[in-house]
Amino acid sequence: MLRIENLHASIGDNQILRGVDLELKAGEVHAIMGPNGSGKSTLAQVLAGSEAYDVTGQVRYEGRDLFALSPEARAAAGVFLAFQHPMEIPGVGNLYFLRTALNSVRKERGLHELSAMDFLALCREKMKLVEMDQSFMGRSVNEGFSGGEKKRNEILQMAILEPKLAILDETDSGLDIDALRVVANGVNALRSPDRAMLVITHHQRLLDYVVPDRVHVMAEGRIVSSGDKELAVALEEHGYAGVGAEVQASRRSAVGVAP
Amino acid sequence: MTTVTDGAVRATVDADRALSRFSPRLDGDFPGWFTDFRQAGFDWAMEHGFPTRKDEDWKYTRLEAIGEVPFVPAAPGIDHRLLSTTIDERVGDLGGPRLVFVNGHFASECSRRAALPNGTTVTSLASALAVGGEQLRWLSRRTPRPYRHAFSALNAAVAEDGALIRVPAGTIIDEPIELAFFSHTGGIPLVSSPRSVILAGPDSAVTIVETHAGTHGDLYWSNGVVEVVLDEGACVEHYTVQDEAETAFHLALMDVRQAQGSRFRSHSVALGSSIARHEVHVSLEGEGSEVDLEGLYLPRGDQQHDNPILIEHMAPGCTSRQLYKGIVDGGAHGVFNGHIIVRPGAFGTDASQTNKNLLLSDHAEVDTRPRLEIFADDVQCTHGAAVGRLDEDALFYLRSRGIPEQEARGVLTYAFAREMVTRSPSAVVRARMEHLIADRLTTGANEPVMDSRLTSEIRSVKGGRSK
Ligand SMILES: Nc1ncnc2c1ncn2[C@@H]1O[C@H](COP(=O)(O)OP(=O)(O)OP(=O)(O)O)[C@@H](O)[C@H]1O
Ligand SMILES: [Mg+2]
Repeated sequence: MLRIENLHASIGDNQILRGVDLELKAGEVHAIMGPNGSGKSTLAQVLAGSEAYDVTGQVRYEGRDLFALSPEARAAAGVFLAFQHPMEIPGVGNLYFLRTALNSVRKERGLHELSAMDFLALCREKMKLVEMDQSFMGRSVNEGFSGGEKKRNEILQMAILEPKLAILDETDSGLDIDALRVVANGVNALRSPDRAMLVITHHQRLLDYVVPDRVHVMAEGRIVSSGDKELAVALEEHGYAGVGAEVQASRRSAVGVAP
Repeated sequence: MTTVTDGAVRATVDADRALSRFSPRLDGDFPGWFTDFRQAGFDWAMEHGFPTRKDEDWKYTRLEAIGEVPFVPAAPGIDHRLLSTTIDERVGDLGGPRLVFVNGHFASECSRRAALPNGTTVTSLASALAVGGEQLRWLSRRTPRPYRHAFSALNAAVAEDGALIRVPAGTIIDEPIELAFFSHTGGIPLVSSPRSVILAGPDSAVTIVETHAGTHGDLYWSNGVVEVVLDEGACVEHYTVQDEAETAFHLALMDVRQAQGSRFRSHSVALGSSIARHEVHVSLEGEGSEVDLEGLYLPRGDQQHDNPILIEHMAPGCTSRQLYKGIVDGGAHGVFNGHIIVRPGAFGTDASQTNKNLLLSDHAEVDTRPRLEIFADDVQCTHGAAVGRLDEDALFYLRSRGIPEQEARGVLTYAFAREMVTRSPSAVVRARMEHLIADRLTTGANEPVMDSRLTSEIRSVKGGRSK
């Protein structure tokens, strides 16, 4: 489904990604872990189509050149990124935003647009899934939402847009136990043989709920180690240095601990 | 092709010639005091002359362009080819009491009377003068302010008509009163000079909605003055929609005086005109009075929207608040020139001033100048100005959800403007403003066709403006 080859990304002189290779098949869930600043979010942003970076290398998504697609075309083609730091957009209503997004994507997918009533019904159903209160619909997108509420709103968007490739960037960070379960449910509800997921996390805890097929460790812009879910357990116990990731433990002291 | 190197010199030569065209008409049926009032305005203008770019308050206004056109004061009477449906289309209709002015003169056939509380006056100045001119002498006493500049003096010099609204003490009028100013030239460059007076008696409340529009492609100059006088405890809610033809010039002055405990709120939206200057002068004369000014200007193409504001705190414990937002597209120019003066003795003043601008193109230009002058103690004043572009991160967020780039830009731009309309207390007016703004921000910059020869000359002068 997704094949990343020798991906480099930089901003100015700052080389952030230095040759990432990764393959994700339909039906699989991969986790990416790694110290702060190692480039995980950059990878996620680049895959979603951020224009902030200079990018080289190749990414194929369902056989297509992903870089030939605009961010909105990627969304229509089924790519979804749950942002590590979801944007607050004052003045744009959450409900309006969700409906506009879904209808844009549906239009591109050759489906009819949903009426306001039909959308509301769909939205109610999905909100139940993420246990989110109606009142969030009347507010501006993420404005004044707590950290956890923003993350739930990301999962709600994912549930509504039903992507084929979901990239979750630390969606579990800063969540209480209940919220973590909600996020995990949202993710698992979407799991299917024709979908794939890339889950960026610092905590093995999420991976108890969402069991990954592969775990990768990223350090200094590269995938430095890959393994099965036991790798995540080992990381939790021994830190990145302990599993042979080429990281200077002194420089990355916060490793393996919640940021 | 006109050269602009000698623009300043030419402007003064033209100015004298232009001024002479404003000598007050003597054949009208006006009371003596009114004729004197007009003559005084004319004399003032002759003595002081037109402002130039050297005047601090006129630094940014592209006055030369106006001086180039041989404008003549518009006479009463309507071109019968002008349909009232055209007017309705361009200015809208809220369905309530409505005074329509064409080229500054009252058009009774397009206007609507409505049942209003006893003692309320909603009429045209010309008809009021014709009926009981001598009794209106108080008008000249109620509004004896030094002229702000030659344009407001010239408005007086040729003043014949405008709205006259008088709300008696304790009267509350719920339905908004509409004032529609429409311009239609029939090919002659006309200047319309409506002069309106709004008097809100003690503890009265009224909502006024002013709309300025004109026939697309017409070259005209609208030079209106509105005087608002609030007695003790009065409450006036005022709206201005400036949707003039994009070929037109619009110089407007709103002059507001507030007595003790009165409250004035104004919401303005500027869409039209080639050059528009919406000047507001508020004097907080009575203790504890409050003023709240909100303005949104949306110039595009090579439009210029200028907002000179002067608020004078003259009494203790008054509050003033200004929030102006600009969305500037194409090669347009937005100006905010906000000036607060706190006079001696105006202790306990609370004044704030905010100007935020969004530039939608690389050629768009904004000048923002918040100014404070404080001559009293125990004063709280805040001001802030910002000029920025659309937030790229927010744009990416929307696009990553599948919203196409153009639409995402429109959504964010509208979100920036929306705050300005959602706060309007009147639902009908709010709906109209929302519609107008959404319409502008989603249609993009389609320039209207310009066909008159005069207009193309003006274009060449403006094209020479150094940036
Ligand atoms: N837009 C940007 N401008 C400048 N530097 C950037 C930008 N985006 C990322 N970087 C830098 O690239 C490096 C990688 O950042 P990135 O956000 O990808 O790390 P991360 O692995 O997601 O870290 P974390 O675990 O803290 O979320 C950091 O040093 C960061 O400062
Ligand atoms: Mg990150």
